[in-house]
This record gives sequence, structure tokens and C-alpha cells, in this order.
Amino acid sequence: MSARLLPFAVTCAIFVLAYGLAWLQFPAILSTRVIGNLLTDNAYLGIVAVGMTVVILSGGIDLSVGAVIAFSGVFIGVMLRDTGLHPYAVFLLLLAITTLFGLAMGAVIHLLEMPPFIVTLAGMFMARGAAYVLSIDSIPIRHPAIEAIQSAYWLMPGKGRLTLIAGLMLLTVAAVTLLIHRSPFGTRVMAVGGDARTARLLGVDVGRTTVAVYGLSGFCAGLAGVVFAVYTSAGYSLATVGTELDAIAAVVIGGTLLTGGSGFVPGTLIGVLIMGLIQTYIVFDGTLSSWWTKIVIGMLLFGFVALQKGLVQLRTGDRAARRRAARQSGRHRATA
Amino acid sequence: MDAVLEARGITKLFPGTVALDAVDLVLARGEVHALLGENGAGKSTLIKCLTGAYARDGGTVLLDGRPVAPRSTADAQALGIGTVYQEVNLLANLTVAENLMLGREPRRLGLTNRRSACREAARMLADYDLDIDVTRPLDAYSVAVQQIVAIARAVSLSDKVLILDEPTASLDAAEVERLFGIVRRLRDRGLAIVFISHFLDQVYAISDRLTVLRNGRNVGGGPVTEVDRLALINMMLGHDLAQAESGHRTRAPGNGPPAAQFHDFGRRGRVEPFDLTVRKGEIVGLAGLLGSGRTEMAEVIFGIDGHDSGTAEVSGTARRLDSPRAAIRAGMGFCPEDRKTDGIVADLGVRENMMLALQARRGWTRPVARREQDRMVADYIRRLDVRTPHVEKPVGELSGGNQQKVILARWLLMNPGFLILDEPTRGIDVGAHAEIIRVIEELCDRGMSLLVISSELDELATYSDRVIVMRDRRQVAELAGAEVSTGAIVSAIAAAPQQRTAP
Repeated sequence: MSARLLPFAVTCAIFVLAYGLAWLQFPAILSTRVIGNLLTDNAYLGIVAVGMTVVILSGGIDLSVGAVIAFSGVFIGVMLRDTGLHPYAVFLLLLAITTLFGLAMGAVIHLLEMPPFIVTLAGMFMARGAAYVLSIDSIPIRHPAIEAIQSAYWLMPGKGRLTLIAGLMLLTVAAVTLLIHRSPFGTRVMAVGGDARTARLLGVDVGRTTVAVYGLSGFCAGLAGVVFAVYTSAGYSLATVGTELDAIAAVVIGGTLLTGGSGFVPGTLIGVLIMGLIQTYIVFDGTLSSWWTKIVIGMLLFGFVALQKGLVQLRTGDRAARRRAARQSGRHRATA
Repeated sequence: MDAVLEARGITKLFPGTVALDAVDLVLARGEVHALLGENGAGKSTLIKCLTGAYARDGGTVLLDGRPVAPRSTADAQALGIGTVYQEVNLLANLTVAENLMLGREPRRLGLTNRRSACREAARMLADYDLDIDVTRPLDAYSVAVQQIVAIARAVSLSDKVLILDEPTASLDAAEVERLFGIVRRLRDRGLAIVFISHFLDQVYAISDRLTVLRNGRNVGGGPVTEVDRLALINMMLGHDLAQAESGHRTRAPGNGPPAAQFHDFGRRGRVEPFDLTVRKGEIVGLAGLLGSGRTEMAEVIFGIDGHDSGTAEVSGTARRLDSPRAAIRAGMGFCPEDRKTDGIVADLGVRENMMLALQARRGWTRPVARREQDRMVADYIRRLDVRTPHVEKPVGELSGGNQQKVILARWLLMNPGFLILDEPTRGIDVGAHAEIIRVIEELCDRGMSLLVISSELDELATYSDRVIVMRDRRQVAELAGAEVSTGAIVSAIAAAPQQRTAP
């Protein structure tokens, strides 16, 4: 197997192993009902984590997504309450806003050569602030069209329900997987994440790629906001605090290198499911504090970072000498 | 002559300096043209002007008779000028096929048609007798293969001029031969190839004509068959053998006990194993062209690059020199070639810079008392004549010569038995130059042993008791006593490989 897919394989193995252990203790956990709920409960996180995967593959980070999801909920609530717009129109308007927001952050990052960490941190404050400005209170979201979405599902064998929002999440994973691993755009994202300077020398339009990547992340965050609003039937400006960090954790557990340029989009889905599985296990157990989820995720993260470090060193061991030579010639060039 | 590219009077100014002064470079169709010169001669600047990385300040470039002015490397590529650098400019995290096809992927329904991309990539590589799995990541292959992939990509995009900037620096002999086979084939297809290398043997093996630069000017060139090795090196170094021999330092040759001894010491790929003995109070000079292994030898000795063969003995005891810390503990010091990145801490003051190594050796639990520090620093400022308004002045704001003295003081405070100086006088004005040399001689009179690397051969010949000449990462000659002269050093550097003096 190629070293590139090894982290993904490890993630899958951990998921199967964890599920197996949970099944030994609670045989009921292995049913399509549980799987259906797992997908539905984590639909918004899956969508936003896929967007985050693309950003991280390009060598960046997007801290604004949690706040954007909260903004989305409040925006949808306020628009449905105060205007006569149909929910679908509101959704489209929201997706346009969040995509533009992402594009704008990407443009700032590229044009001002600012670190993505700072720019998206500013974006996080702005989105959260905008949500507060719209409404401080939790707004109920009720509309026949939304209720229709909530109750739409496909009955899987074994009486499990694959809801529409879970299906939307799986569709997003599939679409972004194709985009990243099968399209010329995906190759550019990987190129920029691998080495932006070299990518530029090879003729990649680094600026356009960067802007597009953050636009995609903004779109995913908006879509996750829609899904979250439908899922909770409410918009609240204090919702999804720290979700960007959950998304980053899912991406890393899913086997994507935090430094960019290497990873596999479906791995992020498995990462999200592992996190969801731990929560499900705690519900089944009934005595454990739900904060154990955080502790286990923390340990998993450590494990994966160590695994990736080991893999990277295995791969680049023989390149150390080359880098040294490059550094020296660069030094000579600088004096020339 | 059928010229593909004709660059005339290329001038490039940088603030305060003229990097290129009306340089000419004419490339004929189907030739390998070596571009030669020492550090700072202007090779890189010239290449950057041709490939659009820099905008030139004067001169004309004709490509196939038409004037061109590329504004970016992509622009130059489209015009037909491709470049392959020593650090392979491809993406190690992508597959070979993705690297080759980046920017012109065959598409189907908006997605990459991977099968046809791989087929196309494999076909491109077949021209170079390279039959590899193009779906594997680039970093699964050796630097030599990556180099060939980079050439394949450059040639497929640009079919007139191919610039190879030190392509052989990290290749072994067999890989170099393979690369040369490809270069010859491309030449026979009519490409003009610019070959930049510090390895003169390789230059003579592959090139048809050459152009030599020094200090941003053309100093010579012509068909390789008409320029012999000695003439070439004289052009590059700007020395004339007829020049009067400078007076050799008259001093009793060091017969003291060995201060440091190295047997069969070396590191694969960096410097061939060498034997070296430096006696107490002796100055050993290390000469050679850039890339000959001088700096590598010093870095291996000082433990920056751990050695993988041989043994070392410092002042009579065997030592493992596998890190700079170990070397410092053994009583060694090293003033690196590049002061700015490896030597000074620019934002710290003169006092702090001088105290760094001593304090590091004592550990942070035993700080040197401030009064003691001030006394030592004042002492060395006086002894080395460091010109600084006050001791807390950030070192980055001092002149090069004074920076060098601060680094020297840093090591002298440690009272080392064996000090390595890499290019101690580079980039220093004439006045400070003489003072550094005076300090070097004084140190050695006080019983310190020195290994000095320098491109200033006159200077090296003046103060060295012995001179070791390096070429192709190995020691090729050793001159001692009366043999030490600029002329002898140049001849040793220039000697053809078969006339190698036994090390």
C-alpha cells in the first residue's frame, strides 16, 4: 500500500475495531438504526469537516466555520420570522453569503499574504458578532417545508433511517472526493499544499486556488449551517462554539496531514464517525460522563499526529541530505 | 553560427552594486554551453534575467532572431526557455504523472482523465529510457530520477533552450553518466543547453563551448578544446600565474604535538574520507573551488554533519565528534562561512553575541556574572579592535568585518585549542581584512591551531604553514613549507584528474 493511504487505512481499522469492541459489549449497537442516527447526528459536522479538509490540504486552516454555522442558523431563523421568503430561497441566499465570505477571506489571505490562522480568526469573530447582531435569543425555525425535510428519510434494511440531511452529507463527501482526487482543481490544491512556491513555478495560479479553497469552505460551512438549523429547528448565536476544532480533529484523525498536500477526503468522514461512535458508546453505557468523548478524541489526536510524524520521517529520511544541499546552494545563490 | 539565443550587453543593477555589467551569452543550436564562475560571479543573476525571474536593466535578448523580454518563468517557458534547478522544482507529494501533466491534464466530463494522463506521462518518459510507475508519488524515486522527470517536463514545455543549474550536485557517478546521456541526446535534437556546474571534470566531459563570468563581467570563453584547465581556473579566480608570488610567512613550521588528528574521516555524499593532522600552533589552509568539499570537510569535522567513517583525536584523546556540542566540548570552535545566517544573532547586542558560546557551555544554571562579562567583552573589543559605539549595539548593525570579529571573540572566549575559520575574510573591507589576518597569525603564535578555508588564495598562501587542496569532495594535494604559493595552489586545483597528487 502506498504510504499516502496508510493513515486512511489506520483510521478505518480503528473505526472497525472500536465498533467491534462496542458491539461485544452492547450487541444492539450494530444495527442500521444506530448507523442512521450516527450519520444524522453528525451530518453538519461531516459537511463542515469536508470543507476543512480541502483547506488543510491546501496548507491553510479555517477557524471561522463554527461561527458561520451559528450565523447561518440565526440568519435562517430571522429571515423566516421577519420576511415572507420561502426557506429554499433563504437557503440559497445564505449559501451565497457564506461562500462570498469564504472567498473574501481567501482573497485577503492571498493578496495581503496574511497567515490563514489570523484572517479566519478575524472571520470567526465577525461571523459570531453578526449572529449576535441579528439576534441574541434562540429563534425557533418552523416552516412546513423544513418539517418536510426533517421527516424525509429512506428506510434502510433493519428499520434504520437514512435521513435527507445524512444523505446530503454523504453526497457532499462524494462530490468533494471527486473534486479533490479526480479533478485538475484537486491537483492544484494538493500542489499548493505541497509547496506553494514550486507550484507557482510550475504554472499553478496559487491565488485563484487559495481563494477558491476558502470559498468552498465557506459554502460547506453554510450548508452545514442549513443542516444544523434543520436538525435543531432553531437558530442560536451561541451554538456550535468550537465546532471548527472538532472539524480539524476529524480531518487529522481522518489521516490528512496538517501541513497540507497529503490526505484523503473520505478519511475525514471516518474521522467524524469515530468521534460520533464514542458519543454513541457513552449513551449506550449510560454511566460515563460525556466529557470522556473529549478525552478519547484528545488521545486519538495525539496518536495520529505521532503516526503521521513517523510516516513523514520514514518518507523523508533520505531527503534530509537533499534539503541540506538545497539550503547550501540557496545560500550560495543568495550571495551571487 | 546558428544562434538560438543571443543575449548581448545584459546589465543588472542592484542597490549599490552592478551584478551584471554588459554580459554576453550566445547559445548555438545543438550545443552544450557551460556557464562558469565563482560565487558571486553573476551566473545566477544572468540565468534569472534570461528566465524572467529578474527584469534586466539593460541589453537585448534575441530568441531565434526575435527580441524577447520574459516577465516571469512561465513566460520564458512559453517562449521556449526551460530551467531545471538543483533542488528539483517539482512537487514531491504528487504522483509522477501529476507532476508531468500539471496545468494540461487531459479532461473528461470536467474531471482528470487519469488513464490518458498516465499514458501520456509514460510516453514522455519513454523518450528518456525511464520506465517507472507514473502513478506513484514523485518522492518514491531517487533524486536522479526526479531530475530526469523535471527535464522531461521542462523540455516538453520549452523546446529551444534548456538551462540546467547544477544538475549533478546530488548525483553519484553512474547517475551523472545517465544524465549526460540524456543531455547529449537533447543536444542532438537541436536544443541549446546551458550547463552550470562547479565540477570542472564534468564541464570538460559534456560541454562544447563555455563562457566564464567574474564579478559580473565576461572574462573569457570559447570552445572547450581551446581553453585548458589552468587557463579556465585562472579566468574564474582572476589570478595570473605570472603574478608576483606573495611572500610566504617565514616562521618555523609547527613541530609541536598534534592538536587534532583525523583518520579516514568522512561522510558519504558530503566529503570522501580524509586524513588530517593539525599540529599545535599550526595554520592549515584549505583551498579548492566552490563545491570542492571545503566547507563540507569543516562541517563534518565540527560535527554539524555527523561523520560515518573514521576516528578523531583531539589533543591526544579520542573523541566522538557527532554534534557541534561534542566538538565544542573537545575544545574546538567554528566560524561559519555565512555569518548572517549561521554566525551572528543579528538582533542581540555585541556583548550577548560574544557570550553565547561560553554561556551555552556553562549551562543556564551558572550565569556569567555581569561584571565578569563586561570585563571579558571589553578585553576582546580592545584586542580585536571591534569598532562599535557601545557593547549593547545590535550586531546586525555593524559592518561585516566587525561582525566577523565578534564571532571570533565568541570562540576566543572559550579558549579553544583548535579553531576552524570558513571564509573569514569574505565580504569584508580591505582594512578589516588585514586585521583579521593579523589576528589569525597572532592566535597561532599563541599556540592555537587553525584550519582556514578561503577563496583568497594569495591570502591563504601568505599565512598557511600547509595548504590542503580539495577537488570533487576529496583531498587532492597537500603543499607544505616552501611549496606553498598561489601558483602551486592554482596548479593543484587545475590538475587534471589523472595527474592527481597523492593525498
